[in-house]
Amino acid sequence: MSVLLEASELNMHFKGLKAVNNFNAQIEKGSICGLIGTNGAGKTTVINMLSGVLVPTSGKIIFDGKNITGVRPDKIAKMGITRTYQNLRLFKKMTVLENVIIGAQMHDKLDPLGIVGNTIPHKRREAELKDKSMEMLKVMGIEKYADHISGSLPYGSQRKLEIARVLAADPKLLLLDEPAAGMNPQESAELTEIIRGIRDRYGLTILLIEHDMKVVMGLCEYIYCMAFGEIISEGLPEAVRNDPKVIEAYLGRGAVHAEN
Amino acid sequence: MTSSYFLSQLMNGLKIGSVYAIVAIGYSMVYGILRLINFAHGDILTVGVYSILTLMAFGGLPLWLIIIISICISIGVGVMVERFAYRPLRSSGEETTLISSLAVSSILQNVIMMIFSPQKKAFHLPEYLTALHKVGSVTLSTMNIITFIAVFVILVILSIVIKRTSMGMAMRACSDNLTASRLMGIDVNKIIVMAFVIGCGLACVAGLMLAGEYKTIEPMMGFVPGLKAFCAAVLGGIGSLSGAVAGGFILGIAEMLFAGLMPTSITPYREAFVFVLLIIVLLFKPNGIFGGKEANKS
Repeated sequence: MSVLLEASELNMHFKGLKAVNNFNAQIEKGSICGLIGTNGAGKTTVINMLSGVLVPTSGKIIFDGKNITGVRPDKIAKMGITRTYQNLRLFKKMTVLENVIIGAQMHDKLDPLGIVGNTIPHKRREAELKDKSMEMLKVMGIEKYADHISGSLPYGSQRKLEIARVLAADPKLLLLDEPAAGMNPQESAELTEIIRGIRDRYGLTILLIEHDMKVVMGLCEYIYCMAFGEIISEGLPEAVRNDPKVIEAYLGRGAVHAEN
Repeated sequence: MTSSYFLSQLMNGLKIGSVYAIVAIGYSMVYGILRLINFAHGDILTVGVYSILTLMAFGGLPLWLIIIISICISIGVGVMVERFAYRPLRSSGEETTLISSLAVSSILQNVIMMIFSPQKKAFHLPEYLTALHKVGSVTLSTMNIITFIAVFVILVILSIVIKRTSMGMAMRACSDNLTASRLMGIDVNKIIVMAFVIGCGLACVAGLMLAGEYKTIEPMMGFVPGLKAFCAAVLGGIGSLSGAVAGGFILGIAEMLFAGLMPTSITPYREAFVFVLLIIVLLFKPNGIFGGKEANKS
């Protein structure tokens, strides 16, 4: 197995607040990794750095053999890292299908005169993008909403749409920030299956932040646990789950002893 | 009041309304993406007009070429303003760029005054454009007719570009959610420049219409129509193209009907009435006539 993404000694400090401190991680190609931790542990900050939204205070991110530290988000996206958001960033006024088409056309050149200059290739490309986007909607099971305005969808479907949108861009690494947030147990079980399915089908590598331990334990092959900006435990799911440091971070000091 | 008087006031409203509409499109595009009220937008109109005047004074060039060159100059100025006055400040908040746009507006006005003097200048279009035609009970110049057709054509082309092309879709995505657009690989700077290119090109066309109608120009001529165009964009529902156009026409017609129908003692204050209308409409439709529910920009 080769390493797809390597983060070394990442630091993100906001005026003295050490949001992320000395973060090291290696994500292997084709794996599903989990990033867990209490609220405010710095998980989303890590995702923000990996996707280029934040420029790390120091440290280095190597993706697919290239140094991407401090590269602009749209360029990182084009290199193959796409992400979803904890609190959804859909194009709410556009239709569901259009949202996905935006993702699908990520690698196309923006051509304002395309429709005037070369209508036929443009039409053909348009049809291709549409087909591909519909396929993604089917993968996520929301194709029936294709022509709805995305802001009007039920919450769980909006989450699926966000995944469909990034999936359409042919990413290598998918960063999912709490994909199951706000879903009921049945929906999140479904989502678990879908995520595993897309990994297998498209050969993706996935890093996901999640609080729903069922989802995390069901999906992840490797887990990083953070608290107060630092990784406090990493390893196979079973090992992390039973690590006293992890239990302490979640339940507080004393919980470890109480349990025994 | 005769119906022909009413009709001719309505026509005047349509004329000035089409100017507001064309300027409002540019305002709306830029505001939709950047949440920036670009006060300098109206002054780009002035730049375009003075460029047309200067090129006509040289003589020899055909009018269509003069217009194309002037559109290019307006676009050039607009893109430079974006590059040097707005882009470097973009991360420092919407208020900062707002102030910057006021500064740019004042700079443009003063530079034009320095070069051309603050005096009013006569602006004459060639005779074949000012020739009058009687259509029923209203009189229209060739220029007016061309203007109406131009507004219509511009609208159709723009809405096709925005609805159908990948560029247009990216523009809509940017005005919907800028952060998400970046993460979907859209080069936001490129889209913003594109919005300025379209907006400034249209402003130049609007300038030509305005100057052709009033036959005089002066360095401040763009500012107030610019403000009204912004109001038109708000009235129609900001970010919506058809809203901007509808808002422009409503504002223009309201203004001219006020001017024509009110007792002469209060017509000088017609602008106040127009803005009262704006407030009343916004009280009932806070997102404008064509604006849906504004999605939260987070």
